[in-house]
Amino acid sequence: MSALPPYATIGQRVWYYAFRVICALIFVFLITPILIIVPLSFNAEPYFTFTSGMLSFDPDAFSLRWYADIFHNGMANPDATEGWWADMWQNSQWVRATKNSFIIGFWATALATSFGTLAAIGLSRSEMPYKGLIMSILISPMIVPLIVTAAGMFYFYSNDFNPFIEGKQALAGSKLGIILAHAALGTPFVIITVTSTLVGFDNSLTRAAANMGAGPTRTFFKVQMPLILPGVISGGLFAFITSFDEVVAVLFLASPEDKTIPRQMWSGIREQISPTILAVATILVIISIALLTVLELLRRRSERLRGLSPS
Amino acid sequence: MTDTGPVLAADGTPLKKKLAQALFVSRARAFSLVLPLLIFIVASFIIPIFSLMVQGVKNDTYSSNMPATTAIMAEWDGASELTEDMFAALVTDLIQARADKSIGRVATRVNREYAGTRSMFTKSARRAAKLEAPFMAAMLDIDEDWGDINVWGAMKVSSQTLSPAFYAAALDADYKADGSFVRLDTEDRIYVYLFVKTLAVALAVTLATLALGYPVAWLLASLPIRQSNLLMILVLLPFWTSLLVRTTAWIAMLQSHGVLNNVFVWLGITSDDSRFSLIYNMTGTIIAMTHILLPFMILPLFSVMKGIPPTYLRAAKSLGATNWTAFWRVYFPGTIPGIGAGALLVFILSIGYYITPALVGGQDGQLISNFIAYHMQKSLNWSLAAALGGILLVIVLAIYWVYDKVVGIDNMKMG
Repeated sequence: MSALPPYATIGQRVWYYAFRVICALIFVFLITPILIIVPLSFNAEPYFTFTSGMLSFDPDAFSLRWYADIFHNGMANPDATEGWWADMWQNSQWVRATKNSFIIGFWATALATSFGTLAAIGLSRSEMPYKGLIMSILISPMIVPLIVTAAGMFYFYSNDFNPFIEGKQALAGSKLGIILAHAALGTPFVIITVTSTLVGFDNSLTRAAANMGAGPTRTFFKVQMPLILPGVISGGLFAFITSFDEVVAVLFLASPEDKTIPRQMWSGIREQISPTILAVATILVIISIALLTVLELLRRRSERLRGLSPS
Repeated sequence: MTDTGPVLAADGTPLKKKLAQALFVSRARAFSLVLPLLIFIVASFIIPIFSLMVQGVKNDTYSSNMPATTAIMAEWDGASELTEDMFAALVTDLIQARADKSIGRVATRVNREYAGTRSMFTKSARRAAKLEAPFMAAMLDIDEDWGDINVWGAMKVSSQTLSPAFYAAALDADYKADGSFVRLDTEDRIYVYLFVKTLAVALAVTLATLALGYPVAWLLASLPIRQSNLLMILVLLPFWTSLLVRTTAWIAMLQSHGVLNNVFVWLGITSDDSRFSLIYNMTGTIIAMTHILLPFMILPLFSVMKGIPPTYLRAAKSLGATNWTAFWRVYFPGTIPGIGAGALLVFILSIGYYITPALVGGQDGQLISNFIAYHMQKSLNWSLAAALGGILLVIVLAIYWVYDKVVGIDNMKMG
């Protein structure tokens, strides 16, 4: 398959190029929808499609109005010069959604990463009892359909027998409920990435540290942690993305003030379909490109640290 | 060695016991690392889902608000004559329920078992306080349907705190007062069809992602590392892009004045007034879900194909195999673990898909999860939602179990 040998028959040549054309078409299918939103977000008209002006590259057909609308949407007075920043910070729907997304994402990631890393270290020890059973319980948030998870948490967190908070204040409709939900959804990714980093971990290093008089805590932070750090970070990134992208649990658990970016996009698509969503989508695509780069760099660093040949 | 006693450690205890102690300590240490997360997952994830599942078989709306009739219903066989005692109990309950303002919930609960009874309850409760014995005649005077044994049958079913009524309803069956199950009439059956439709969509999406993912994974696995890393970006970028972004993108692509239809009109494939309706129906759901889940198929396929030495194919060909034989008899069997992993992953994910069908599915693209959300949020029939969710969960766990047996969860690879 790789390179075409000089003695290839005509049939082989036809197949070789046909196969590449098929693959190219599939790549087009994969990437076109994501790239198409970038030019569409600069549309001067409130449509989701290319206007004739855009196709003939008329500068007037392009505008940044939808990017401005990201800030203006929900503001009390978007034309004011005085107090514009405070108004934007307080009232703009998308800005509030961004703040919510980051607050929820941060705490959910912190919970998932700290618990998940500890658990992954425990799970990768050979003497861990009931490994299979515990692993499947801990991985289950990834397997159980999101709708069942969200419905269950909504049901449980809005119930009277809620053991966490007394009185009428239920967890449903609060940020804490969403944080708990997202932390649970993120842990499987942390466990999977950290366990796979630990597979290549040389246990004689911890024994050597113990031999030289380091306690378990010191060994963990000075020896083990720096080596598995790339795995922990990429697990944390997965957990953050999971939270950042998750909308079903937010749909069930969030109050109107706790809307996150995807939740805001959801209502954007459902209620007020405008190219503002395309502008937001473009920004999100750029963020995911940045994340992709970070992950790739981490992977290379991890392989270098563990002495594997770079691939 | 003449000493036959057990080998002793330095402090005199048998070595075997000492070893067991040491093992126990290290086990406990490993377990204590896992314990915080285990407690967290059980408390914030397992228990909520379990409590929802319990709600699917347990509903005390009636029994907690209508105690007198509940007691009588437990003895009534569901078929014999209605008695004055039953009516007297009903009047007592109705008065109490009206005072507690719980009559609306009770009426809704019975109405779910027997449609059209809601107003009977609210109407009678309003006048119950003024009624005098004999209650049977008085109640029949308010609404003669109180003499209908089916209404009482519905009350008997509702009065059972633990009942299979909701699971029966989720499988398009009616749970009768005498304990039997009757399949609903053909035109009333929705959920079994919906489950079958959901499974069919999941299967279609799985096959589509396999058909599209296999060649791409093969190309990526066979290209030199530099080129394949570049092309891998085209797979990973959609994988890392927000679900909502991709769904929005497909709306822009597929709507009737969207990019794709405009291209079709421009190419002359269709005319301006007969544009294809590609979105807000099943077609749109399947296209968008295929695109969203395609990376989940490509990544496991790629990592399996990467492990198959390219020399195998060359060896097969040098031994006289045609291209097809070499692929089908040598390469393809090696990729089956990847196909299994990718297919089961995509299948599990698409069975529970909610967002994409809800946004681009329109009327006929709705799947089972959309109905669970509907019953949780709109109709507030939580027990039915729980029953539907319970069945969905059982299906998914069964597939997960197969996945674990065939592939093993430890072998799951991400990006």
